[in-house]
Amino acid sequence: MAYTITEKILLAHSDKKSIAPGDFIYAKIDLALGNDITAPIAIQEFEALGVKKVFDRRKIALVPDHFTPAKDRKSAEQAKILQRFARKHKIVNYFEIGRVGVEHALLPEIGLVGPGDLIIGSDSHTCTYGALGAFSTGIGSTDLAAGFINGCVWLKIPETIKFVYNGKLKPWVGGKDLILHTIGDIGVDGALYMAMEFTGEIIRALSMDDRFSMCNMAIEAGGKSGIIEPDEITRKYIKSEGRKVKGVFYNSDKGAKYHKVIEYDVNKIEPQVSAPHLPSNSGPVSRFKKIEIDQSVIGSCTNGRISDLRVAAKILKGKKVSSRVRLIIIPATQRIYSQAIKEGLAGIFLKAGGVFSTPSCGPCLGGHLGILASGEKAIATTNRNFRGRMGHPDSEVYLSNPAVAAASAIKGRIAHPEEV
Amino acid sequence: MKFKGKVWKFKDDVNTDEIIPARYLNTIDPKELGAHCMEDIDSEFSKKISRGDIIVAGRNFGCGSSREHAQISIKGAGISCVIAESFARIFLRNSINMGLAILEIKDINGIKEGDYLEVDLASGSVVNLTEHKEYKAKSLPKFIQEIIKSGGLLKWIGKGGINAKRAKP
Repeated sequence: MAYTITEKILLAHSDKKSIAPGDFIYAKIDLALGNDITAPIAIQEFEALGVKKVFDRRKIALVPDHFTPAKDRKSAEQAKILQRFARKHKIVNYFEIGRVGVEHALLPEIGLVGPGDLIIGSDSHTCTYGALGAFSTGIGSTDLAAGFINGCVWLKIPETIKFVYNGKLKPWVGGKDLILHTIGDIGVDGALYMAMEFTGEIIRALSMDDRFSMCNMAIEAGGKSGIIEPDEITRKYIKSEGRKVKGVFYNSDKGAKYHKVIEYDVNKIEPQVSAPHLPSNSGPVSRFKKIEIDQSVIGSCTNGRISDLRVAAKILKGKKVSSRVRLIIIPATQRIYSQAIKEGLAGIFLKAGGVFSTPSCGPCLGGHLGILASGEKAIATTNRNFRGRMGHPDSEVYLSNPAVAAASAIKGRIAHPEEV
Repeated sequence: MKFKGKVWKFKDDVNTDEIIPARYLNTIDPKELGAHCMEDIDSEFSKKISRGDIIVAGRNFGCGSSREHAQISIKGAGISCVIAESFARIFLRNSINMGLAILEIKDINGIKEGDYLEVDLASGSVVNLTEHKEYKAKSLPKFIQEIIKSGGLLKWIGKGGINAKRAKP
């Protein structure tokens, strides 16, 4: 039987001899992730059931990243629930402020996830790790509690849509633009319940950071997971910077069955912007050049990695942020933060008149560190532009890559990086 | 399980930030989350509805975050059941796992805001008492029915689902 990479990983984690899309499996997980928003509910449920021990204290990650450093007393109480649980059960992968980072940047960075793994996380952007050739998907707090107890999750084998990207990328176009373009093409429920497999010559040449951005946003098309077949770029990543991930390298069989195959000629794709209030409202940046902005946010689990900050710094070097704009740059992890200082990127941001913040999900979900007032507009490298996502219900968020967000901060309106 | 209630209609792609805005995620109290349910679509929603009322929506209901605060908020507001043309996948599994009744029917256009519905979860029957029409919902797989019948995922595990179905490590 010919399988997709997703089917192979799920089969390997089940007790079945064969599987097909639509089958239900009860699968063994390699890692269960929770954050300060969703883990408190899971912990409460875990404790209400009177369970004494977690299934494996090494296979749980607790990442207080959303409303931290605690933005108010209630948030502090939620973070405390994680900390207490981690201490009680001697959870190895609990990260205190100063070591923590945005979960989906942090876990790959420290080598906690790798090719062939099955990962669940009570955060919708858990699909990010598909970039490493893993099956990873967002689940709820109850699933997480169940995972803490027995290390298993129920899953329906998804159908897969194959997305093939060929051609030559234009300057300033990267993973973020490819995924915004794709979501614009298929819609916010275009891949509902399905795995999105990204492939083609463009993907094979794409950096790991760009691959993370793409898989991160699979959920914005309704996808269960995003995945890229691991290759030499993956192998290099999981062995570098102190990571010692082993991983199992699966790939899709030649005769594997797909729900659909969609091909893109990337030659025509400009840097993309998604207009309010859905990620699927995407189009070329040139269409949005009249939109004046009040804020530019560069960060998040989608685009807060070192290569994103390097691109932003390249554009901001020697320039000034428009007097009407607040530029907020949030490195996704402590390591990225420290690297940005070492490389002089932080200095460039500060000199340009931007803010360089401590790692946090921050304003992406309207938590803190840059909330919008009514009627304000922001361009952001984040993943969602739902109504009220970054603050007031009458504020607006435009999504883009870091280069466009940096150029727009300088111009005071949405701008193509070539304009600065 | 049977429900009877007044319909509140919503569009396609209602997202979790609309169901319960992130600014309220610093609590997990059902009363508090219920009071802010759907606030950014209709700031009076939680005050207008009565216990047992039913949400009817278009495609992709519950897209966005994995937050179970969405289910807690809907249940906390007093909604008995959500009917939609389709559900976003995490919302769907969270509802099953938490025992929020949800049903998918193909076309909601025949149901208007203010209509009264009678819903039978077991048979998947949705009767519009105002329009005297019946709709048939997609039935859920057995595996899932077992979880719902137990009263949610954790109760199912507590009942021995854990031993019966545990995958080998």
